[in-house]
Amino acid sequence: MSRHTLSVLVENKPGVLTRVAGLFARRAFNIHSLAVGPTEHDEISRITVVVDVEDRPLEQVTKQLNKLVNVIKIVELDPAASVQRELLLVKVRADGASRTGVLEVVNLFRAKVVDVVPDAVTVEATGTAEKLDALLGALEPYASARS
Amino acid sequence: MAQGPTPAAARPEAPAPTAAPKPAPTPASVAPRTDARRAPSRPAAAGEEMTGAQSIVRSLEEVGAEVVFGIPGGAILPTYDPLMDSTRLRHILVRHEQGGGHAAQGYAHATGRVGVTMATSGPGATNLVTPIADANMDSIPLVAITGQVAESLIGTDGFQEADIVGITMPITKHSYLVTDPAEIPRTIAEAFHIASTGRPGPVLVDIAKSAMQSTAPFSWPQDVHLPGYHPVTKPHSKQIREAARLLASSRRPVLYVGGGVVRADAAAELRRLVDLSGAAVVTTLMARGAVPDTHPQNLGMPGMHGTVPAVAALQKADLIVSLGARFDDRVTGKLSSFAPHAAIVHADIDPAEIGKNRDVDVPIVGHLKEVLADLVPELEREHAAHGKPDVEAWWHQIDDWRETYPLGYTEPDDGHLAPQYVISRLGELAGPEAIYAAGVGQHQMWAAQFIRYEHPRTWINSGGLGTMGFSIPAAMGAKVGRPDATVWAIDGDGCFQMTNQELATCTINEIPIKVALINNSSLGMVRQWQTLFYDMRYSNTDLHTGHGTRRVPDFVKLADAYGCEGIRVESAGEVDAAIKRAMEIDDRPVVVDFTVSRDAMVWPMVAAGVSNDDIQYARGISPAWDRED
Repeated sequence: MSRHTLSVLVENKPGVLTRVAGLFARRAFNIHSLAVGPTEHDEISRITVVVDVEDRPLEQVTKQLNKLVNVIKIVELDPAASVQRELLLVKVRADGASRTGVLEVVNLFRAKVVDVVPDAVTVEATGTAEKLDALLGALEPYASARS
Repeated sequence: MAQGPTPAAARPEAPAPTAAPKPAPTPASVAPRTDARRAPSRPAAAGEEMTGAQSIVRSLEEVGAEVVFGIPGGAILPTYDPLMDSTRLRHILVRHEQGGGHAAQGYAHATGRVGVTMATSGPGATNLVTPIADANMDSIPLVAITGQVAESLIGTDGFQEADIVGITMPITKHSYLVTDPAEIPRTIAEAFHIASTGRPGPVLVDIAKSAMQSTAPFSWPQDVHLPGYHPVTKPHSKQIREAARLLASSRRPVLYVGGGVVRADAAAELRRLVDLSGAAVVTTLMARGAVPDTHPQNLGMPGMHGTVPAVAALQKADLIVSLGARFDDRVTGKLSSFAPHAAIVHADIDPAEIGKNRDVDVPIVGHLKEVLADLVPELEREHAAHGKPDVEAWWHQIDDWRETYPLGYTEPDDGHLAPQYVISRLGELAGPEAIYAAGVGQHQMWAAQFIRYEHPRTWINSGGLGTMGFSIPAAMGAKVGRPDATVWAIDGDGCFQMTNQELATCTINEIPIKVALINNSSLGMVRQWQTLFYDMRYSNTDLHTGHGTRRVPDFVKLADAYGCEGIRVESAGEVDAAIKRAMEIDDRPVVVDFTVSRDAMVWPMVAAGVSNDDIQYARGISPAWDRED
């Protein structure tokens, strides 16, 4: 299995996401992550979908996606020639005893605190999946807040 | 087919208030067929205010539809009111929505035009699921128009509400939910465009009742604008040259002809390639008739129940040129051992078919009419430059197979009628100008094997989905589309009991189809598998309709009850006379109940999942390939 990122331009119409997601399910592909957002044209949306799949079935699913009438264009994003970031929001327990340690990790990773309550902080970070995994690992000893 | 209990009156709902009182009703079916079907009945007065219901009828007229097979019900009721006044649309009231859908398919298959079916919401729409799936598998242009509950009720589990767009999403080429009456003309124009262009297929238009009842100015679109839909029709010239080069140098070429040739109306172009190339030709179940069976290069049907020469030619080929076929598992057998020595040229209008199952050496995306029109002159150039390839040894080998393993059958031991004999005689007597529509099972395979097809669109069956019950409604639709042709439904006793209610539609609407019922008193194909693979344990395949049974139902009495002529045939001596008598009757449908042996089996056979090399010519008899290798 290898990971591929597809950028799918679609008509901004009801039900289009269902058609795209349904096609992946029907052809037995696992979606790793998926994001939908507007583009500079009101009538067009962009679906960015990350899938774990071999090259050959990927070609088949891309062709099947292209057959959807509401799909305008599909581009596979080459990791070397595209910028890919994940956004993480994580709530970490940080009471009097542990807050300093948590803030130190936050600073080391150039993340930032976006919310504070008496026994926890909410941290925002962006970066590659690897960097965010490392951040989560570093925060793990402090454990997430319950709420 | 199994359906759960439903309330006694599932369809009717309190009638909706209609706009204005209508003049005395005349049957909607009086609209005469006219060849000038593209001309709208009224000048398009753009901007004329009308109800969504009127807009649906008007749009169907504008798009050139002639016939609608349907059943009214609550959510589609508003549309049936203006439909009554249409002089351009003939509505045929079917007895079950599935019958309406298959009839529209049969109409589309026989004529090449878009078939139209109409149903109400909920159960009406869900009954269309099978025909829609069937049309999707066999690439049949179909537009299904369904009523949906009023917009305010959508999502509330309202009475007769079903999310039919969601239900059919995996089995439609495209679908629409319309809640704004102003959107109706554009949507119907797009639906017909999508259904009939590129790789044809079913399009669902689900229209909320509220949209039918409110008004909007009618505006018929001058053209359709679909930014994500641009089927490629013109093939790439480099690939055409490469295909021609391979064909010109191949010593064991096979043209693997699929249903796409029929859908593309490319039989004439294909004929030129067949004659020019000198290649062997196999015509799949969906392509019977695309090349005449009398053509000396046509080896018949490949696949699970194909002829030995057709199956062997594919296995031994050094080049397979696939034209509108899709390397279906019923053709390839075990995929990894299919045609191991062959280079593959794969031409199809659907890019997703190319390389889906089998790796391809030369991919060609395009409309087969254009592909073949380009390929023929290119091949002529190759021949002129390098001479014609020597395929004599290939034909010597093929002729040897043809001589050793012709299609045939043995007389049943039980003394009853051989079904193959009945179907052979039917093909002889009804001839190649007739249209044959089959159900699914043994009778379908025998009809594909033992009738000689000379023209495309004369063989109609459910290939991909394998829908039992297809033939009666499909034959009805074909007869409506081609009223001058003799249309025979070749059906089994199992299939027939799934959809024979449409004989009522045929009788009432004067659609005189003829039914050859191959009655072996059982679910024959399943029984054949039980004989071969389940130790002759006949679990639930006995239907009690034939010899020595109570005959429940008695098909001759059933035919009579439907206003059809019923004829029973039990011996070979009666076969010809019965077929001739059926052909003389043209004022009502005819059902000939051929009660045949239940032990007859379909041969040759490649068992599911095994290599085509292991084809059995008859039970326990496999060709000795090593002789030729």
